[in-house]
Amino acid sequence: MRSWNSFGILFMMGAGAFLIVALPLLVETFVLVDFTLYAALAILAMSLALVWGFCGILSLGQAVFFGIGGYAYGVSVLNIGDSTLPVALAVLLPMIFAAMLGYFMFWGRISDVYLAVITLTVSLIFFLVINSTSGGEYRIGAAPLGGYNGIPGLPALNLPGRPDRQLDFEEMYALTVALALATYFFLRWLLVTRFGRVIVAIRENEVRVGLLGYDSRKYKLAAYVIGAGVAGMGGALYAAWGGLINPDVFGIAFAAQVIVWVLIGGLGTLLGPVIGVVGIQWLVGWLGKMKITDANIILGAIFVAFVLFAPAGLIPKLRKIGVRWLNRRRVSASGSVESGP
Amino acid sequence: MSMLLETRGLTRRFGGVTAVDRVDFALEKGELRCLIGPNGAGKSTFFKMLCGLLRPSSGKILLRGEVVTGNDPHEIARRGVGIKTQVPSLFDGLTVRQSIELSALRRLSKRAAAASATHFMERLTLDKFESSIVGSLAHGQRQWVELAIVLAAAPDLILLDEPTAGMTKEEVGRTATLIREINRDHALVIVEHDMKFIRMIARKVTVFNQGAILAEGNVESILSNQVVRDVYLGKGAGHA
Repeated sequence: MRSWNSFGILFMMGAGAFLIVALPLLVETFVLVDFTLYAALAILAMSLALVWGFCGILSLGQAVFFGIGGYAYGVSVLNIGDSTLPVALAVLLPMIFAAMLGYFMFWGRISDVYLAVITLTVSLIFFLVINSTSGGEYRIGAAPLGGYNGIPGLPALNLPGRPDRQLDFEEMYALTVALALATYFFLRWLLVTRFGRVIVAIRENEVRVGLLGYDSRKYKLAAYVIGAGVAGMGGALYAAWGGLINPDVFGIAFAAQVIVWVLIGGLGTLLGPVIGVVGIQWLVGWLGKMKITDANIILGAIFVAFVLFAPAGLIPKLRKIGVRWLNRRRVSASGSVESGP
Repeated sequence: MSMLLETRGLTRRFGGVTAVDRVDFALEKGELRCLIGPNGAGKSTFFKMLCGLLRPSSGKILLRGEVVTGNDPHEIARRGVGIKTQVPSLFDGLTVRQSIELSALRRLSKRAAAASATHFMERLTLDKFESSIVGSLAHGQRQWVELAIVLAAAPDLILLDEPTAGMTKEEVGRTATLIREINRDHALVIVEHDMKFIRMIARKVTVFNQGAILAEGNVESILSNQVVRDVYLGKGAGHA
């Protein structure tokens, strides 16, 4: 187990060094722009990996925190100008909202299926409410909410305290990838702390966790709030990347996409959902360019194939194959020793 | 000697069925008590109320004289009550070491919890399964793992619901020895059906029947009590 975790950390360190240092020298700027998006979405995927994959909370509407983060960034950056505080708000507001929602869900002892439905419903409520704010009267300070068109013309991130010095594409890319890596290492660290071990145990058997003296509600709430903050940061980076935030981030299609990334990458892993995001988003982009068929048909087929042949997801499947291969090698090695003179 | 656990008029109803009916029970510090009774007598429901998994319909539960009725399981566990359930309640996706460490981590530092896990794995001869995934273990081993998890939490009172279920004869003997050892530092209440096992460990026995206490006393007097034999083994068994 530990060696696989070490493998994940080494892989991410190597991939991070390559992505930040080498990739900008090798590819065109538009590829970096694509990778900036992947990194922002990977942060969202990791937030669901924590909440669902490690703590067992089936948050079908995890994208709601991404959306709140995106809107918090959009509204506040148009009012403040400098992007520093808006990014902080994009992390903080989803956490406050998750604390309130989570309190009612966890202290109300809502069971898994209902929890999934509630989180998705909350996301759809946001979708409907924001969609109906297209009139000019729906504005917060200088920021019109824009209804289904969203808020366009958002400025990119700037150096702290210097709104006149905005990050260019390469800098935005480097920052987003660095934040995705920081999220990965932060969550990896979190999972080896006492807190992390308890949330994994909650996923395994919440009743037993309670019988050992841990108040599982507090741990679930904390994991949910941390996940919301992480997703909110992803939302801010996404809004800053595209210069736009619209209610699609609260829609059912986007919510489902996040679930697909995590399921295909592998529940109970952090690396899997990141690979899921990059793989799926790249494929969607490629299919769009090739215009072979509707991307959703291919995505649906891939999803069904994974459910049938690798229900645990890509990384756990590869791990299983790796372990089997190592065992076979070990057996054949010991066999040859035994059969020797 | 002062009371560790008391119940007063403890009752639990499920619709029209009264599973536990006005039970007054008292356990002294350091005591070992066996609960016996036919299936459906209310023993497991009684246990679930003691550890907070079920809320009583009426009555009181007192731990060291303080009322804990209606407290959540984690609050009761923090007051020093541990339970080994009838069907092992374990972390199937974790290793044996991770499971035991987690139990000790609530009150100890990481390093001390690791040392505690090592101690209990050795004591229960689980050390060779240290890195095994709990879900892959055989039933008897799972029983030991759950016992180790309960012990690592260092409770004052341990509730064991059929600890020898599914164990081999040899494992039952080892469990009896272990329980006597555990009783040096912990009070125990044990639900058990195996009379040989009860004779090996118990001094005092409480008999449940139809949700109420039928009899209470030392092991020999209870096992020779004709009413108990009629209820437990069926009428006429005592005359056979």
